[in-house]
Order: sequence, then structure tokens, then C-alpha cells
Amino acid sequence: MDIDSSQGRMAAYMRDHQDKVVGRWCEMVAAGVRGRSSAVEIRAELEDLYTLVVRVMTGADEQAPGELRAVLAELSRSRARNGFTPRETALAVFSLKDAVYELVAGEADLVPEFLSFSRMVDDLGLHTFETYAAAREQIIADQAASMLELSTPVVRLWDGIIAVPLVGTLDSARTQLVTEKLLETLVATGADHAVLDITGVPTVDTEVAQHLLKTVNAARLLGAECIICGIRPQVAQTIVSLGIEFGDIATKATLADALHHALTRSGLRVTEADRA
Amino acid sequence: MERVPILKIGPTLFVSIQIDLQDDSVMRLQEDLAAELSETGATGVIIDITAVEIVDSFIGRMLTMIGSISRLFDAETVLVGMRPAVAITLTELGLSLRGVRTALNAERGLKLLSGRAR
Repeated sequence: MDIDSSQGRMAAYMRDHQDKVVGRWCEMVAAGVRGRSSAVEIRAELEDLYTLVVRVMTGADEQAPGELRAVLAELSRSRARNGFTPRETALAVFSLKDAVYELVAGEADLVPEFLSFSRMVDDLGLHTFETYAAAREQIIADQAASMLELSTPVVRLWDGIIAVPLVGTLDSARTQLVTEKLLETLVATGADHAVLDITGVPTVDTEVAQHLLKTVNAARLLGAECIICGIRPQVAQTIVSLGIEFGDIATKATLADALHHALTRSGLRVTEADRA
Repeated sequence: MERVPILKIGPTLFVSIQIDLQDDSVMRLQEDLAAELSETGATGVIIDITAVEIVDSFIGRMLTMIGSISRLFDAETVLVGMRPAVAITLTELGLSLRGVRTALNAERGLKLLSGRAR
């Protein structure tokens, strides 16, 4: 069986029945997306796709396969961004098979050719799925990057005292960012005390402790003293049972204690105002 | 061979490193510093590394050694002007420079030393 000629006959058949097939295809896809895209949008999208598929099948056009893949990739990317499930996205392509089959079923001589057509649609479906997954991963990576930026503020508590409220899990990438930002602020403000508040760090294991120690050591090299505060009771228990030593680094229960400690070390004292 | 000048300001010796340090210039600096310390009886040494952009374990060890030498003469070493990137590199290398005190800049370093004298 010559694949080209069979695809050619199939293509001719599909071109002749374009309206019918696309109409049925749109119905199937519209049922799947449940009103998140309008029928007109779907129709426009699918008509484009259909024309491209037929162009690929006739085999005369060398640019058609590339174009088809680009259109499919764009379609699945936009679906991924708009929160469609992988199933809905892939079904949009696969239901073309059903739509065509409903017509071809009556014509016995086209069935072998339908097989090779079906293989092609499977391939396109897989391509759609791949792009969908890639787009999703891209979204996740972007979000992770923006979270990283959001979650590392360095605030000034007092003249010469800065604080870093750490929220979320400390991995090496975040530690690096926190350390860089802390050191930059130390240089910019000339602060000599830095308070690391770990109230928002859910768990402290040996790795997190290692990261904290690195940050403290780097700050020390710039002549600043670090105070770690916000150690919750459960975290304290974990730290002790893991045998983590914070050495000569001052640790305090709350940010208030740490600020008090830093003020005392800077030779300042907070007293009640004289209400004479 | 380039030499690192050692300046005496009051009871403090001031060393500003502004060249790429090689083995021989480091040896020379250590010798010069030891000689100067014994001669002047200085009580503090300030090493300024504002101009140092790249550090390795060799420079880290050199700084610790200068600290040890100074302590033999009862002088305290303060390392000043370290760049953030340098500090990160040193901690990544696992060098925390024990025995050497650090300050943000030369002014702070001097303050640290004068606080000790009091």
C-alpha cells in the first residue's frame, strides 16, 4: 500500500467533507471545554488546524508540517496558561479522529487509509501534549523565580541593626540570594548587627542549619554580628535532637529579644519616657 | 617583586593590599610585618582588602597566618573592607578566618582597636 496515495485520497475526501467534519469536531471539543472558550473561537481554531492537516496529507506543501506543529504548539501553550487540563487539551486533537471516523465508517474502502490518518493524528496529539507539559513547566519555573524575589526582604530595624525575615524553605539557591542581599545591605547601610528571623521557616534540618551558618559567617567577615531568632519550640527540639550547634552565634526566642540584644550590644538602652 | 607598604598610624599598623598577591610578596609582607611589629610594639594591625576582588584558599590562609603572627606580638588583627562577593567565596571555601576580627571599613576597624585599648 502506497502511503502517499492513500493519504492523498483521504485528503481529498476530507476536503470535500470539511464542513461536516469540522462541525462535528467543534461539537466534541466544545463539550469538552465546557464554556471556557466560545463556539466561534473554537470553530476558528479548528478550521485553521483542519486546513493545515489536509495540506499536510496532500503532501504537496513542504512547509505545512512545520506550520501545523507551530499552530498546535501555540494552541496547547495557550490552553496550559488558561488552566485547561492535559486531558482536555489532548482530546481537542484526538477527537478529530472520531469526527472523521463517523463519516468514514460508511465507506469501507477508505478504512485502511483511515488507519494511517489515525497514526498521524496520534502523533500530533503527542506533540500537543509535549508542548503542554513544557508550557506548564515554564509557568512553574517562572513562579519559582518570582517567589524567590518576593521572599527575601532585608529591613532596617534601627540605626545599625537590620533584619532578614526568612519565610519558607531555605534551599541553597535561596540562601545564596539571602546572603547576597544581606551583605549588600550591610555594606550600603554600614550596619553592624543583623537579625535573622526564622519564624517563617517550617523546618530546620542539618542542611538548613548549614545554610544559616554560612550566611552568618559571611556577615561576620564584613564585621557584622548576627543574631538568630524566632526559633519555635518544635524547631528547637529538632535542632537539639539533630545535634546542630550554632556555636557562639546568639540565638533569641523572638524578634523583640533579638532587637533588645542588638541594642544592648550597640550600647543603647530603651527606657520609659519621663511622664512628668 | 611588588611590596605591600606598611604604614604606622599611632599604635596601629595599616596594611592596604592593592596588588595581586603572589607567594613571594606574601612571604615578604609577613616578614616585614613581623619586623615592624617587634620594632614599634604596635597593638593593632588593620588589613584593608577593599581592592581585593578575587580570593582563594591561599589568601585565606595568608590572612589567618598574619593574624597568628600579630597575636604573638600581642597585637590584634582587624580585616576591613571585604567585598560581599569575597565574603561569600570565603564561606563557600569553608574559611571563616578564626582569630581575625573583621570590620566593614577602616574607620570601624580603628574604632574596634581603640575600644580594645581602653
